[in-house]
Amino acid sequence: MCFFIVPCYKFGTFRFQMHTFHPYSIFPLGDRALTIEFGHVLNEELNEKVLRLFRQLKSKAYPFVVDLLPAYSSLTVYYDVPYLRQHYPLQTAFETMVLGIENLRMEEEALQTEKRLMKVPVCYERSFAPDIEELAKSKNISVEEVIRLHMSKTYRVYLIGFLPGFPYMGEVDERIAMPRREQPRTHVAAGSVGIAGKQTGIYPTTSPGGWQIIGRTPLTLFNQHQTDPVLFSPGDEVQFYSITEDEFVHYQSRTA
Amino acid sequence: MSLCIIKAGLLDTIQDGGRWGYQHLGINTNGAMDVYAAGLANALLGKALSEAVIEMQFPAAQICFEQATIIAITGADFSPRINGVAIPLNHPVVVAKGSMLQFVKFLKGTRCYLSLLHSLQVESWLNSSSTNLKIAVGGFEGRRLQKEDVIPFINQYKVEHLLQNVAFALLPWKANDALEKRNKLQVVYGSEWHLLTEEAQHQFQHSFFQITNDADRMGYRLQGPALEFKQHSSLLSSAVNFGTIQALPNGQLIILMADHQTTGGYPKVAHVITADLSLLAQKNTNNTIQFKVTDGATAEEKLVAQQKNLRGLQIACKFRLEELL
Repeated sequence: MCFFIVPCYKFGTFRFQMHTFHPYSIFPLGDRALTIEFGHVLNEELNEKVLRLFRQLKSKAYPFVVDLLPAYSSLTVYYDVPYLRQHYPLQTAFETMVLGIENLRMEEEALQTEKRLMKVPVCYERSFAPDIEELAKSKNISVEEVIRLHMSKTYRVYLIGFLPGFPYMGEVDERIAMPRREQPRTHVAAGSVGIAGKQTGIYPTTSPGGWQIIGRTPLTLFNQHQTDPVLFSPGDEVQFYSITEDEFVHYQSRTA
Repeated sequence: MSLCIIKAGLLDTIQDGGRWGYQHLGINTNGAMDVYAAGLANALLGKALSEAVIEMQFPAAQICFEQATIIAITGADFSPRINGVAIPLNHPVVVAKGSMLQFVKFLKGTRCYLSLLHSLQVESWLNSSSTNLKIAVGGFEGRRLQKEDVIPFINQYKVEHLLQNVAFALLPWKANDALEKRNKLQVVYGSEWHLLTEEAQHQFQHSFFQITNDADRMGYRLQGPALEFKQHSSLLSSAVNFGTIQALPNGQLIILMADHQTTGGYPKVAHVITADLSLLAQKNTNNTIQFKVTDGATAEEKLVAQQKNLRGLQIACKFRLEELL
């Protein structure tokens, strides 16, 4: 059997519910991880499938699963090759994992989605929003309209990546969608709210970065000293609301 | 009791087997670049393979041991010396209180590992002591080691009786030199391999690629023929791994290393097999490498064999050490 030689994808269906089948493909990511892909598009339904499977596998705490990474439309499982080869010596670790995943039954509890709505204050004042005027100008709308449009939607956190706790949220109104800066900044302040294409995101820590910065939140997105070091989880819903610079400063001093 | 950094090295950090289990929060694993050498250093002292060690680049730190302990140095050869006298790699050495470890000359490899019988009291965060330099957490204050840093020892082993009033003594066991010279790295195909043109697939397997100056714990950028794709598809960001080889928009390659980001959006053409990451971690800027495609089953077997080796050695050393202590 040569399951392992990419690009020879293995197709199948998951039985999440009695009457619902979900097409997916499964392929190795190197020699100690595999990716289960539900599709190639940014889509809430696909992302929800990814998160359901993520929650189920995570809750099981299998000793051979060392890490799980849900992305937009795929879930990657990192596994312990020596462990699997020792316990299932007649097949490769990849084969064992594929068989295990194909025979998974989606559990009822895992179907319960714990949807959280997070309200995020943002100060859109110019001092915190170095790219907002440029964005407004290139889109031929006013700065106020940029702010209004950014606040007008409820976004979904599709993925946490790039930096610890950095939420990739989508999708912003087409009228404020804008590619990353051609020259990334070497220093983007923690809390900066940005736009990249149709995505919006928040820098949890100060870092280099290329997103178009249109505001800043006083919320702490990453705190190493907390048991839950990261504020957002994939699947969260997010609404932004506008605060003044005074409120921003006040907010920070209250939570500091 | 403790060890003290007398002189800082270029990039000396505390690393262990990695911070696994938090990539869904965007927290990458970090950990030793050469996991095999780090495991070997621990195995020689009978310690758990993934325990915290000090990873050093050249020039490496000068370290004073403020208590007698046993050390093992593996990986790159930077000519280690105790109080000016050369000591071997891959060989446990009992060092006296007040002795000084120095690395005087770059000979081969890129990363050297120091393990101590006395475990280091460092910051564990999310079940790992690995240093995450980007967000400054884990290891020693989340940063590289600096002059005058003092790292306390946790446990209380007495090893003075093994010294009999000399500055250092070699224990009667060692491992073979693990550092390979080979420049052909084995890889397995990545999910976008089939998007490369046939010519590019051929170039990938038959060209030399040079490691550029842009090579650090996050990734190695390579210089080689620009690889072309049959079609340009924009990919959604998805998971990557240590060893993933991505093609940048200009057709050049980058290999992701221990401090890589959790996700990436560039096409993944291949992955260096885990068993060969040790070899890659010991390569330098300007070294040339080649890729040889293998299959997943072989890659797994090589990884299992490496692990078996280390575990066997670890158990044997543990017994021998217990007899001495």
